[in-house]
Amino acid sequence: MENENTVVKTPAEQPALAERTRTGCCYRPNVDILEQNDELLVMADVPGAKSDTIDVKFEDGTLEIQAAVAPRGCDDHACLLREYNVGDYYRSFQVSEAIDASKISAQYADGVLTLRLPKAEAAKPRKIAVAAK
Amino acid sequence: MVFGYQPTRHPFHQLRNEVDRLLTGFFGPTADGFLPGVFRNQPPVNVWEQQDALKVEMELPGIKSEQLDISVAGNELSIKVNRPDVAQEGVTYHRRERPVGAFSRIVRLPVEVDADRVEADLRDGVLTITLPKAESAKPRKINVTGT
Repeated sequence: MENENTVVKTPAEQPALAERTRTGCCYRPNVDILEQNDELLVMADVPGAKSDTIDVKFEDGTLEIQAAVAPRGCDDHACLLREYNVGDYYRSFQVSEAIDASKISAQYADGVLTLRLPKAEAAKPRKIAVAAK
Repeated sequence: MVFGYQPTRHPFHQLRNEVDRLLTGFFGPTADGFLPGVFRNQPPVNVWEQQDALKVEMELPGIKSEQLDISVAGNELSIKVNRPDVAQEGVTYHRRERPVGAFSRIVRLPVEVDADRVEADLRDGVLTITLPKAESAKPRKINVTGT
C-alpha cells in the first residue's frame, strides 16, 4: 500500500535470469531521473551503502545499480520498533536515449548515488543557425 | 513497552494508520500535533534498546545535518527534516520518487533518558540517535543475601 504520506521501502524485482547468491532482502531504491540538454541525471537513494560496495553497470542500453549494505541496527530481541529492514539495493533501467557509455560518471555522497549519463554526440540537440541572405 | 506508533509494516496497521490519517487530517491536527498536509512524509524509524541507552535510527538519504532538527522533551524525541524542493529549470523529469518537503516524526520513549547527553550521527544517509538512559532507568544488579 503506497501513498504519498509514507515512505515505503519496496522490494526489488529480481533480475529475471540470475538469482542472487547472497540471501536476504533486496530493496528498490527511490530515484529521480532528470533529462538535461546534454545528459541524463540519475539520483538514487541508497542509504547505508558505502561507495566501494556500489556497483554500476551500463550494457546494451541497460543501466544496473547494485549496492550492498552491511547489516546494522537491532537484534530481534532488543528491537522495540522496527518499521524498515536493512538490505541490499538493486534496480535496473532500460535507457532509450543514446548514451556515451565511456563518459558515464558516478558520485556518492550522503546516501545518494548520482550518475551522469552524457548523451552521445548524435543525440544532442543542435541549434541550427539560419543564415540571412 | 508502549510506543505511540504501531509498526506500520503489517497491512492491517497500514490500513489503520491510513484511516487515522484521513480522519484526523479531515477534522484537525494529526496525531503528531501538526497541521495536516504540511508534512507530507512520515519516514519510518527503527528503535532498539541497549544496556544503558536507546538507539533510534532513520534513513535520510541526501539530508544534510543543517536540514535536521532533533529535540528531546520529556519522554518524546522529535525529529524534523526539511528537504527543500529544488525544481530545476530547463530539465525534464522522467521519474521523481525521492521525497521532498518537510516531514517530522515523534517517537515516544519507553524509559527516561538523559536529554543532555543525547548524540546524533548522520552517516551515509543514515541517522543514528543515541539516547543514554537516565540513572533511574538503568538496570541495577540486585545482590541476593542469604542467612
